[in-house]
Amino acid sequence: MAEQYPREDMVVVLGTPTAESSRLYALTVTEGDPSWAGALAGTPLGLPVYHVTEDAIKCQVSPEVYEEQVTLMEMVLDVADIADAVQAVRDSSAPAV
Amino acid sequence: MQLQGKKIIALGERDGIQGSAIAQCTASAGAEVVLEVTHCFV
Amino acid sequence: MQQMTAQPVIRGVRFFLAHTPGLVRYGSKPSRDIDREPAVVDTLQAHLRGYADAVAYPPNQAFLGAIHPDTLGSLPTPWFRHTGCGERWAPHGEIMSEEEFYGWLKIADAFNLVSLEAGFAASIRPALAAHPLCTPADLEQLGTGVSQAELDARLAGDVPDLPIFLRDGSRIGCFHAAHEVDATLAADVLLENLACKTTAVLAMRTLLAQEHIDPLAIPYVLNSGEEAVGDRYQRGGGNLAKAVAEMSGCQAATGVDIKGFCCGPLHALAVAGGLVSARVFPHVVVVGGCALSKLGMKYRGHVQHDQPILEDVLAAVAILVSGDDGASPRLRLDSLGRHTVAAGPSQKAIFQQLVSEPLQRLGLGFGDIDKYATELHNPEVTEPAGSGNVPLLNYRVIAGLAAMRKEITPAQVPDFVAAHGMPGFSPTQGHIASAVPFLGHAVDGLRCGDLQRVLLLAKGSLFLGRMTQMADGVSLLLERNG
Repeated sequence: MAEQYPREDMVVVLGTPTAESSRLYALTVTEGDPSWAGALAGTPLGLPVYHVTEDAIKCQVSPEVYEEQVTLMEMVLDVADIADAVQAVRDSSAPAV
Repeated sequence: MQLQGKKIIALGERDGIQGSAIAQCTASAGAEVVLEVTHCFV
Repeated sequence: MQQMTAQPVIRGVRFFLAHTPGLVRYGSKPSRDIDREPAVVDTLQAHLRGYADAVAYPPNQAFLGAIHPDTLGSLPTPWFRHTGCGERWAPHGEIMSEEEFYGWLKIADAFNLVSLEAGFAASIRPALAAHPLCTPADLEQLGTGVSQAELDARLAGDVPDLPIFLRDGSRIGCFHAAHEVDATLAADVLLENLACKTTAVLAMRTLLAQEHIDPLAIPYVLNSGEEAVGDRYQRGGGNLAKAVAEMSGCQAATGVDIKGFCCGPLHALAVAGGLVSARVFPHVVVVGGCALSKLGMKYRGHVQHDQPILEDVLAAVAILVSGDDGASPRLRLDSLGRHTVAAGPSQKAIFQQLVSEPLQRLGLGFGDIDKYATELHNPEVTEPAGSGNVPLLNYRVIAGLAAMRKEITPAQVPDFVAAHGMPGFSPTQGHIASAVPFLGHAVDGLRCGDLQRVLLLAKGSLFLGRMTQMADGVSLLLERNG
């Protein structure tokens, strides 16, 4: 996948339910994880990663679509903790080259 | 970070927000979804 | 021909747990990790708990009806520190040791797939003979076992068997492949399928015995488990239902499998209710056997937090759906909630179709449902692996919908969750964990407790099979009779 597209064009957007799972996913896609057996096994380092509920994403999404697809879950998930976890991973990883 | 024109990998989770919901959101922002996956850990 | 429809009721529910620490290595996740790194076996073994602790484990006691989920919620956590005292036999079923379970695996084996070592077979025979559900024919099927030398030879064969171990690592038998090259008949696949059959049979035999139902009175069995029983030309061809009926003495029965990932059992309950309602059959039993592949699925999180590997039990359920007896809770077929194709994938759409829409159709408010039986995965299993508290999220969504409908205020959400929800207590055993774990408590509470209505709801992760991006969902209302 990463070979098909320029890396600077790619963004990973998460829908994970907890801060911990968000952190693990975010680490996997930024730092890579050879033991990860999922769809992103072998993904190279440095992909920018966001959670769909983060303001950086939310503010660009059609409000109607967001309301229909995400708002209810946003009410029940700890979105502040999730945002902190994903932000921390972004801050600690080298910017995409 | 502008979503417009970006290639999106939507990594959803069954107990959070599903991949297809992320895909619809990011597509509405002008991005192209190139991979959409939903995981289930229970 | 009779014209009137019958009112289906849930006449009885029983569960079965087998504590199988020795099989954790054959769960999908552990087995893949062991293939890559054999030392993982040692890590697993160091974190497996003993039988007494699994019996005493409060979520298992709640699953088997010895304590109510509301009581579980008031116990200090972590629950796995409650060790050492608990009863094997509980009001809704039993939890069996791995030694006895291996004996039952052999008893349920119609194709000589299991070989038990002779000394081991002899050692478990008295316990099996004393088991209330074990017949002389069962004991004959157990046989006398084989020598260690024969096990050695089988394990060194061209198509190697799977060795069967106890928790302490001692080898007590092996499991054969049924075909040299057919991957659907490989030893690991057949072990999953036979474990599913065996656990379903034990749940069903418990149900029939304790409800005093003659097995010959059962005409139809629906299996709702997820195991793909078949060969390479019809992978997942199915009908484990009939295998379970055969071994449960239901000579007058046939049956079929109804699959739908985690909402298979609720789909099956709806179909069973329909068959009873239309007077096609007076009784239908819905069974669901275990999901062996899920053993140890989140072991890494458990090991990381230095807690026991809690995904060490196999679970099964059997539910008897019958015509109205005037006392058992009614299965309200007119309440059926369905997540339709058109509804779209969002959680909001799913919950609206499973909760809001049926309630509105029936003229009920959210508060009219005493308990919502949703995905009841034990949070002590899921949280250390970063998967969150699944039932709590479900209850918050339901309360959120109630708030959106202005039936409660946002400030009342926590109280609503506490009153109408419950802590998760189910083993993460695939289709078993959604709604059905509460059924025993629901039947008790609706029959002679203070419950009036219980809403059962389940969601299925269809997208995992890569044929659609969709999920599925079903809900059904249970109501006090009379």
